[in-house]
Amino acid sequence: MAKGYKYFEAVEKHAGKLGILTAIMVSIGGLAEITPLFVEAHAITAVEGVAPYDPLRLAGKDIYVREGCYTCHTQMIRALRAETQRYGHYSISSESVYDRPHQWGSKRTGPDLARVGGKYSDEWQRLHLMDPRAVVQASNMPAYPWLADEQLDAADISARMRALQRLGDPYTAADIAAAPAALEGKTSLDALVAYLQGLGVSPATEAAP
Amino acid sequence: MPNTETYNDQIVRLFLLAAAVWGVAGMAIGVFVAAQLAWPALNFDTSWLTFSRLRPNHTFGVIFAFGGSALMGTCYYVVQRTGHTRLALPGLATFTFWGWQLVCVLAMATMPFGITQSKEYAEPEWFIDILIAAVWVSFGAVFFATLARRRIKHIYVANWYYGAFIIAVALLHIVNNIVIPVSLTKSYPVYSGTVDAMVQWWYGHNAVAFFLTAGFLGMMYYFVPRQAQQPLWSYRFSIVNFWALISVYMWAGSHHLLYTALPDWVQSVGMAFSILLLMPSWGSAANGLFTFNGAWQRVASDPAAKFMVLALVFYAAATTEGSLMAVKTVNSLSHYTDWTVAHVHSGAIGWVAMITIGSLYAMAPRALGRPAMHSKRSMELHFWMHTAGLILYVAAMWTAGVTEGLMWRATDANGALIHPFIDSLIAIRPFYLIRFLGGLLIVGGMIVMAWNLWHTAADARARLIKPIPVPIPEPEPLQMPAPVPARA
Repeated sequence: MAKGYKYFEAVEKHAGKLGILTAIMVSIGGLAEITPLFVEAHAITAVEGVAPYDPLRLAGKDIYVREGCYTCHTQMIRALRAETQRYGHYSISSESVYDRPHQWGSKRTGPDLARVGGKYSDEWQRLHLMDPRAVVQASNMPAYPWLADEQLDAADISARMRALQRLGDPYTAADIAAAPAALEGKTSLDALVAYLQGLGVSPATEAAP
Repeated sequence: MPNTETYNDQIVRLFLLAAAVWGVAGMAIGVFVAAQLAWPALNFDTSWLTFSRLRPNHTFGVIFAFGGSALMGTCYYVVQRTGHTRLALPGLATFTFWGWQLVCVLAMATMPFGITQSKEYAEPEWFIDILIAAVWVSFGAVFFATLARRRIKHIYVANWYYGAFIIAVALLHIVNNIVIPVSLTKSYPVYSGTVDAMVQWWYGHNAVAFFLTAGFLGMMYYFVPRQAQQPLWSYRFSIVNFWALISVYMWAGSHHLLYTALPDWVQSVGMAFSILLLMPSWGSAANGLFTFNGAWQRVASDPAAKFMVLALVFYAAATTEGSLMAVKTVNSLSHYTDWTVAHVHSGAIGWVAMITIGSLYAMAPRALGRPAMHSKRSMELHFWMHTAGLILYVAAMWTAGVTEGLMWRATDANGALIHPFIDSLIAIRPFYLIRFLGGLLIVGGMIVMAWNLWHTAADARARLIKPIPVPIPEPEPLQMPAPVPARA
């Protein structure tokens, strides 16, 4: 048996030591990569023009999250020429500081949406969500007709904004008080279209290098 | 004193049944969503039948419901056998079974109705996450308490992997799911933007590492030598690979975010460690394959061994591919395309599902008190259906992925993009059809397995199974099986 084996034998024959050593080994990598980001996160502030979502767009973002749009659409334009040519300026960190959870995604069955805001009219977005093949014949996106029938829950939005406020998003008491009125008479479709039309339309990247 | 202690195989049989049911269900949902990508009208304009709502049901169903049940069942089987002891804390062990099934049912029943965090592979909402944490801690308690009362002093390597799987998954699950609830059905993560992305892929990547790799390696290190009826090729090599695997994997998560807004140094570190990962990955695959040296004739006659060998081949192949795809240059082409889907499935259908199926075929007769599975011919049929489906699936998605990647970056002589996005979708249509057919074959195979297990259990249903006594006293001092004598 090799010389230092007795030290290792102590681990091989002791469940507690094995468990503790395993826990230490698996923790190092995550700590090394994530801790600096937490420290840096305080330094990443929203670039001027990136504001927390207004109530209607927040409701729209939550519908985007609820429907699971990330399974087919990314919101992360990579710093590659073919991408910036197709979708616009590459995405920067400060653009998603208010996204909980982030919607960077991992798969493009459909195109990237990081800067889709303003690319199509509100009417096109509505038609497309109701019946994608009415406007893009070859599309394989499912239709989401129920969105037009759902009235937004105006009472719920205040609770959501308060939760975000507790997490540090700069909503004021006046913002939260005024929120239910902004959702009056709106449907899920209205909110989702408002959210999509706001994506990437900020002066953030015009100031960026 | 007469030996009255027996193995607790009741809990193993329950998990075996659950794994068979979830395997068929999870993969059937996969085939359905694959069909939806080819024929989008298949959501029938119904919210809870829509691709984006059902896709998490497929991933949760196969990874956590099917894989999780198989892992917990085999873990309980292996820790008892390798420690020559009965499972500790029987009440808690029963809770882990029913608790885990409740988690799976709740998750599968809520996600299609939009109750989701939309964090990839961690979709279930906060109240389910708390239940997952409770079940997981109980699972860890049962496992380590059983290790503590083992009669074999040396802890066999399969348990190392199961132990790391339990510890790391607890850590990953809890850190990634810290949220502030707004209501029962909605919560916001404490992380946002870039930090959330890094935490999410640290979780997502290491769910692959510790759920889909370390856990199943535990299965491999017990059932492969068992099925080859020879000791492991190199025990020391398995230990070296263990420490390398668990310490290196955790660094590699950031390769999911190359060229994104994540700080560049984190991307580069992730890429470097991903290449290092080749070593422990190949090490374990080689160790498993070499264990069959001198017993390769078994592979021809034993379908369970066939599943295991091909699982190891696909483990080596998928990890090679993974390290390759983590290189920035390759990633710029492969990322966001169906190549990723091909890679995941060569790992999931090739490595994870095949080692599980092989191990279930090896374990089921023993846990059910039968000399063999009900039908060996249907095991052969399952093997060939699964293999054919796997190859169709993966080849189709590779082709689709490379096609998309090349079309998205193609420019003409003036440097302008050639293809509008929709062109790439039209180009890969045929491959979505082939993938669907491959999926059908795989689910068909799983139904054959379920049928076979049902009949293997027929005898057990009819009578009480004779409990298997724990071998006491422990065999001294050589705990490894003696090497097979060389043939003349």
